[in-house]
Parts: sequence; C-alpha cells; structure tokens
Amino acid sequence: MNFETVIGLEVHVELKTNSKIFSPSPVDFGAEPNLNTNVIDWGYPGVLPTTNKGVVESGMKAALALHADISKIQHFDRKNYFYPDNPKAYQITQSDTPLAQNGWVEIEVDGQTKKIGIQEMHIEEDAGKNTHGGDHSYVDLNRQGTPLVEIVSTSEIASPDEAYAYLEELRQQIQFTGVSDVKMEEGSMRVDVNISIRPIGQTEYGTKVELKNLNSFNYVKKGLAFEEARQRKIIMAGGEIQPETRRYDETTGQTILMRVKEGAEDYRYFPEPDLPALEISDAWIDEIKNNLPEAPSKRRDRYVNELGITEYDAMVLTQTKEMSDFYDRMIELHADPKQSANYLQGNVNAYLNDNQVDLQDTKITPENLATMVNLISDGTISSKMAKKVFKAITEGKEPKQFVEENGMVQLSDPSQLQPIIDEILSANPQSIEDFHNGKDRAIGFLVGQIMKKTQGKANPTVVNKLLIASMNK
Amino acid sequence: MNYFKESIDSLHEKLVNKEITAEELTKQTFENIDQTDPKVAAFLALNKEAALAKARQLDQQGIDPNNVLSGIPVAIKDNLVTKGLTTTAASKMLANFNPIYSATVVNKLDALDTINVGKTNMDEFAMGGSTENSAFKVTKNPWDTTKVPGGSSGGSAAAVAAGEVIAAIGTDTGGSIRQPAAFNGVVGMKPTYGRVSRWGVIAFGSSLDQVGPITSTVKDNAVMLNAISGLDKHDMTSSDKEVPDFTANLDKDIKGLKIGIPEEYLAEEISADIKQSVQKAADYYRQLGATVETISLPNTSYAVPAYYIIASAEASSNLQRFDGIRYGFRAENAKNLDDLYVETRSQGFGDEVKRRIMLGTFSLSSSYYDAYFKKAAQIRTLIINDFKDAFKKVDLILAPTTPTTAYGIGEDVSDPMTMYMNDALTLPVNLAGLPAMSVPAGLDKDGMPMGIQLIGKPFDEATIYQAGYAFEKETKFNQNTPKMGGNN
Amino acid sequence: MSSNISKEEVAHVAELAKLKLDDNKLDYFTKQIDDIVGMFETIDKVDTTNIDPTYSVTDQLNTMREDIADNWNQRQALLDTAPETKDGFIEVPTIIDESGDGE
Ligand SMILES: [Mg+2]
Ligand SMILES: [Zn+2]
Repeated sequence: MNFETVIGLEVHVELKTNSKIFSPSPVDFGAEPNLNTNVIDWGYPGVLPTTNKGVVESGMKAALALHADISKIQHFDRKNYFYPDNPKAYQITQSDTPLAQNGWVEIEVDGQTKKIGIQEMHIEEDAGKNTHGGDHSYVDLNRQGTPLVEIVSTSEIASPDEAYAYLEELRQQIQFTGVSDVKMEEGSMRVDVNISIRPIGQTEYGTKVELKNLNSFNYVKKGLAFEEARQRKIIMAGGEIQPETRRYDETTGQTILMRVKEGAEDYRYFPEPDLPALEISDAWIDEIKNNLPEAPSKRRDRYVNELGITEYDAMVLTQTKEMSDFYDRMIELHADPKQSANYLQGNVNAYLNDNQVDLQDTKITPENLATMVNLISDGTISSKMAKKVFKAITEGKEPKQFVEENGMVQLSDPSQLQPIIDEILSANPQSIEDFHNGKDRAIGFLVGQIMKKTQGKANPTVVNKLLIASMNK
Repeated sequence: MNYFKESIDSLHEKLVNKEITAEELTKQTFENIDQTDPKVAAFLALNKEAALAKARQLDQQGIDPNNVLSGIPVAIKDNLVTKGLTTTAASKMLANFNPIYSATVVNKLDALDTINVGKTNMDEFAMGGSTENSAFKVTKNPWDTTKVPGGSSGGSAAAVAAGEVIAAIGTDTGGSIRQPAAFNGVVGMKPTYGRVSRWGVIAFGSSLDQVGPITSTVKDNAVMLNAISGLDKHDMTSSDKEVPDFTANLDKDIKGLKIGIPEEYLAEEISADIKQSVQKAADYYRQLGATVETISLPNTSYAVPAYYIIASAEASSNLQRFDGIRYGFRAENAKNLDDLYVETRSQGFGDEVKRRIMLGTFSLSSSYYDAYFKKAAQIRTLIINDFKDAFKKVDLILAPTTPTTAYGIGEDVSDPMTMYMNDALTLPVNLAGLPAMSVPAGLDKDGMPMGIQLIGKPFDEATIYQAGYAFEKETKFNQNTPKMGGNN
Repeated sequence: MSSNISKEEVAHVAELAKLKLDDNKLDYFTKQIDDIVGMFETIDKVDTTNIDPTYSVTDQLNTMREDIADNWNQRQALLDTAPETKDGFIEVPTIIDESGDGE
C-alpha cells in the first residue's frame, strides 16, 4: 500500500513590541518572576484590556510578508479554558475574523518549487509560565500578554522535508520584517504540528495526530518522519490511528503518547465585548506595505543582478536580516561587493560560529569591515595583514587607526619600491641570470630579499610586477 | 443630618457657609447609618477612618465653592473596586478581598473630593433583582422592611431611600439601578453604554454593564452623572463623545417634546396601579406641553430570553477568573489542581451565580452557540432597530420601570423564572445600550413606591434629566419618604 | 417534566464551568435550567435571516493604545493579595497534565 502524508503546521511567533498586547506592561519575561505584571495581566477583578496598536501593525507586517489578505474588519474573541498560567481563564484571540487569510510561501525541496498556503493568521495573547517543583507548581505571569501571531498552514505539506522547508521560509520571511526574532531555541517561534496519512486514492483524510515539544526544525522533521512510519506500520498491520497528542523525545528520536483526545475541546469562543472592533483602512495597509523592509528574495535578486555576486553568496547573505542589512550597509560605504560577500561568509561567519554569537551581539560593524575591505582593495594592506585587522575589528578597534598604529601600511608606491628593487638586483646578478635562464625560483628569492629589506611591508603584487619589468629591461 | 430635607446643592451651601464642616457632615452620615442600617442592612463595609480623615483634610484646605461635590458623602456599590477598602461583590469568593486599585468612577469621585462612606450590599456579582442573593446579608426595603429593596443595587437604593446618604453609585446590567430605584422611591439613572467607564467594575455582562447614580432628586442625579462620565483610556468601550453639563437644561421648558409609550410595556402582567401611574405621567406631560403617543417596540417579548442568554454567557466567561489561584477565596485542602478549581468555585459562588454560569456555559457550548448565543445577538439587533424606529418618531420613551412594586422577602427567590420576568421592562434598554432613568411616580395602594422609566436616545441623558426634572417639579413625588430613616 | 436539557447535559456544563453538584443540587438545577432553557427557546420562532448579530453596543471603533511600555509596579501588592506565593511565584497544586494548554 502506498500512502500520502498530510501535514498541517501551527506556528506561534512572538512579536517584539515594547508593551504587551492588552496591557502596558513591558514585554520582558527574563525578569524576576511576576516583575512585569500588573492587575490586567493577573486578570484582576474589574480590569479591562486595551489593544496595542503596535501589535496590530506588527501582525500586519508579518501578514504582508506572507502575501496574506488582511481582514478589513476584525474583532477579538475569547477562548475559554482553565489553566493556572491563563489568569482570566480565557485567552483573547481572534477566531471569527483573523488578522489575515490566504497567504503563501514558496519552498524548494529536491529542486522542485512548491507553494504552501497559509490558511489564516491571527494575533493573540501568550500565557504565563508554569514551573514545577516538589509537590507544587509555580506560576510566573511575566510572559502573560506577550503578543503572538499564530500562523496556520493549509494541509498542503506532504513530507517532513517540506515541513522543514516551509518553516525555514516562514522564519526567514518574518525575520526580515523585523517584527520577531523567530528563534525556536528562545521560544520566540513555537511549532505545533499535526500529521495524518492515507492510502493514495482515498478521499477522506486519515486521523490526525498532534505532536508537541518540537524544539527545533530538525526535531520537527525527525518527529514527523517517525510519526509517518509509525502510522504506516499501524495501518499496514490492520490497526487504527487514535486521535492523540504525542510528545517528541529528543534522546530516542521517537514520539511518545501524552494523551488520547476525547472529542474536541469546547472552548466556547465568543466575541470579546471589552474591545471595540478594528477597521483596517487601505491607507493604513499601504503605509505599512511601503515601509516594509525589502524581502529576502528581492534582496537576492538585487545582489545577483546589480552587485554581480553569485546566487550561492546571495543565498548565504540573506540567511538573516542582520547579515543582509550589514552587507547592504557595507555596499553603501562603497566596499567591494565581492570582497564584502567573501568576508561576511568566510571570516565573519566563522567567527560567529566559533563564538556562538549573533552578528548584532559582536563588536563587528559594517563601517569597520567596509574600511578594512577598502584598505585591501586599494592595496593599503595585504590579505595576510587583513587577518590581524579583522581580529582587531572583533575587539572593537577602528581598522585604519589599528593599521597605522601597528605600522602595517603596505608599501605599494613604485617610486618608493624601485630604489629598493634596484639595490637588491645589483647585489644579486646571479639571480638575474638564473631568471633569464628560465629558473622561476629566482623571482621568489628576489621577492623574499625585498620583503626582508622592507620588513614585510612591500606589496608583493607590485613588487612582482616591478621586479619582472626591471629584469626584462 | 436629615437627608430627606437636603439636596447636594443645599449641603454644598451649608459647607461653603461653614454652617457645617465636612467632618461634621461625615460624622452625621455615619450616625444616620448607625441608627438606620441595623434595620435596613444596606451597607457591607464602612469606610469610617479614611472618610473622616479626608473630611478633616478638606476642612483644612477649605471647601471649594465652585465644586458642588466637595465634602459630599456618597456610598459605592460593592462591585466597584476600592483600593484599600474591602470589595466583595457580595460574594464569599471575595469575602476578604482588599483591592490594590480603584475603579475609574471611584477615582473620579475621589478627585472631586466626595467622601466615600462605604460599600453597599447587592446581589452576588450583581445577579438578581432583590439583593437577597448577597452572601452576607439581606437588605430590607426602608418603606416596609418585610419587602425587598430590589436589586442588584438594592443596598445603594435603600441607603439613599432611608436617608443614610445623599447619593450612591450603582451598576445596571438589566435594570439593577432602575428597578431598586423604583422599589425605593428614588431616582436611578442607567447612562448610555460607554458614557461611564467600566474600569474597576467587577464585570457581569460586559456588553451590558453600566455605572450610574442613585439619588433622591433628579438634579442630584445629574450632578453625580456629571462627575462620573467621560472617556477613560482604561476602557476602550467608553465613549469619546463630549459630556454636556447634565444640570444645564433642567429648567428648560419641555413644550413640544415628543414622548412615546410602548404598548408592549403596558401588558397585562403590569399591576393596575403602575399602569395608572404611567397614564397619569402622560397626563402631566401633556399639561406641560409635550405630546404623548402610543408607539410599538414589537420585539419586546424576545428581550427577556435574549438578555438572559447574552448576560449569562458573558458572565460565565467573566467569572471564570475566580478560580482560587491569584486572589480571593481559595478552598482549603484541595487534593490537586482540578480539585482546587472545583472546590473553590463550588464553595465560593452562591446558587444564582452558579445557575447563570451554567446557563451561559450552555449557551456558548459549540452545539448550542448558533441556536442560543448567536440567535440572541441577532434578536438584540432587532430590539435595537425597534428603538431606532421609535426614536424617529419620538424624543423620549415613557414606560413603567417594574411590573409590580417591591415584593416580600423570600417570595420570588426560589423561582428564578419569575425573578427573570421581573426585569422585562428594564433589560431591553441594556440590550440597546440606551440611557434610561427611573423617577418616583407616587405610591401604590399599599403605600409602596412606584417608578416610571424615561428612555432616551443614545447619549441623550440630558433630555431624560430635563423631562424627569419637569415631572418631579410638577408631582413632587420625590418628597414621599418612608417612615423610617432620615430624622423620623 | 419537559426536556429541553437533560441531567447529563447540566452535569457536563457544570464540569466545563468547574462546578461540583451533588445529586440533590443536580436535580434542583436541572429543573430550573430546563424551565429557563424552555423560555430561551421562544426565540426559535423569530426569523433572523440576514440579521447581523450585535455583540457590542459601544460607539467606539479602532480604539488602540500606542505601544509604550509602562510598568505599574504592582508586583508586590499583587503577590501580597495572592492566596499562596513562594519566591515571587504564585503557588498552586502540582500541574500534572501539561498537554492541555490552549494557545
Ligand atoms: Mg491554535
Ligand atoms: Zn494560538
């Protein structure tokens, strides 16, 4: 029996705003427990929510980046359920009139491109956090009210690889809007998946299983692959798939049953009476559209077509908005596009990997790196010297000043080099003869002598040219 | 102080002329309460120390002759949170709850230098029409202490009617200001939805709740509404419409005012005396130069089911936060988390609250949502449209406030259906978000007060006050007082 | 007894609302709720085709707050009024089922 896989993804992305979605408390839940909470966050008697305009705007940015249609009239809804980290016992979300619908992203798997639909996106509040210890649990409401955008895919995702590619693309598109860090390891991107399989040709969907605790894109892929195989095995053996919630175990690579779902939860959604509806004008949408940062695909096209770098380089440079913005700034400072691309991909990326840091958390600035690239381009420093300069840049030093202070300026002026070359040639007639007899080694020896004389500062390219010209005279 | 003989204006004059100090007035108010409240049981908590301290402070800085409310004692219904003063909503759930912030209405009154003397009794979480659903005490009607004061703002209305205070704040979700005002022979205004901030009002039905004043006279009422109205950045449903001075046009002639009486509000369930009081009121208005015609609000009979579906649904969600986790009552010896929820809520809520929570949960559950909650919301539209049509023809609607006068304590409480039908004349106004005021309309054959209701266009409280003032001036019904309280 | 709503349904609704009813109370509430639901059902006969539902009567639209953070510094006061706290956390009985959060 051949099966087809049907995967749906629900992605929650935390929006990086100053204040919470329905209360002015700061969005910062790394703080000591309950520090950034007020009566609203605690669902205190008598409190009312207030809608944060910044959240609506951030949500719209994400929606536009994902090519979704923004709903012109929106209201919020209440989703009712009891849980200690859910202080009002309802979550304010959007159910009837989501922020946006009908979006898509384009993915590439095995050289094939495919559009994956986004059914809907809505904004909502995050819950607090429960921790467990001893015979009690502990509630911290700092995260309560953090703005989220929930992105629900269509069920067009047909393999774990496609799910992986979809998440990559989603992450990248949203990251470039600047509304979220979209980092799974920090919880600013959270993924719930459901998966079912059905024999090819069968019209009705198979029973869905939900997977939780997927803490990286890789685990999503592995979890789905495991689940695909597990379900196939059950059906092949004549069994039936249970509607379940399962947990992915990172150590064994298996999914483990959390609980069997007995009918759908009844969340008793209804329109939130405490918040007036939102009417989103075309003018507002246009304003946001016009101020949206350039999308990664547009940047890649520009890099290849206007700056002449390779597709591969362009792809690497648009992995993150930080990197791409950094590169754009270097180009603005007239650094050579190819050299800049090489440095970012090579030395800079290696540095980030070695130190496990993000570009924005280092002392490397586009200004300093562009200066260095320009120093190489104009021959002021050699690429060998550049290694030392780069290290200095990572320590926050200004490259020009560093080069001068350390006497690292390369000797490239022919009028300064020629007398030295003449001096060396007159002292080594044998080498000139060797050169004319076709012994290339002679050049190496002579260059070495000149470098020695100049304490390594002579520009080897210039020296080579001048040396050959002198001997051929 | 004999509040039966005073108004906010007259008290203000005495304070400005130093015939009495704010401290003395506050003390005398507490004396009134000490004397009368053992019989009426209108108060749940008194704010003695803080009130007297504030009065002394006011005396020191001097009464502002331009602020009519400076030094005036008022009482607050116990579902408005008051920082540092126990706020229970008459529920065991909040028995010792000491809020850390105050409602906007409370802050506004405080900023205008009124003196908060205490918190008044009510039906638990404002659910009920008799104040018998309080977890703590049953308030009595000062006109006849065997009878209910109405509800849910029964404590506020009884306190004013018994002359314990000059003014009190109530809330009205389906008639909870107007019905007790009618039962107690006082003036009660439910303003337009959005006129007064709901911040700090312990929510019952969020799309229906409004705060309003209860007073002995129409003018006092207008003064109080001036004080508490206006846009509040904490309540996004509060209106940014300009707030006029509601006292400005009280004296204005009502000649030419078009008044409509909805025929559906004079159905057979309405007591003969009350029907007659409405007809008499129509006669007074005609005498004053207004026109009075019969109008129709055809969907009126569906208002009761629509209201109880919507109000209960919103309540079921609003009251979920009382779960024993973050504040208020937490059941002891819970075996586990679910047990904590269930025990806290089962022990903390009274029967009426449980009934409404269950009704609301039912109406919102996925299999009934369309047939109940959504359908009720559609009927709400029809009821709004009825009023819109009516207000194309008339400026103001005149109707009885209640089908009967106050009934005996214990009479209705066991039968929720009868109780729910009692709100039939007041709750359509909440569904439509309109302003409406109950004004005293004389006494029935048993000597119990009756009220008529004046319903206005959205944000047109001014016309209601104007018409109410003319009626009051003409009839002097407000001068009827119970035999107890005041200085009797 | 008419049967707009059964005892089982009332019990289910009570469970959703985290309320416990003993048998007597369940009978008592079922009778009342059944009557009230009967009254609710009178709206059945109203034709509401093409009638938009009204969920709010506020005259406000598009009311939003600027995205400015403001810590009201209520932490201590909130913790002080909470039934049980520990080290700045709200203390609750152990949460066993972690699969149920709704998000
Ligand atoms: Mg979801
Ligand atoms: Zn969500």
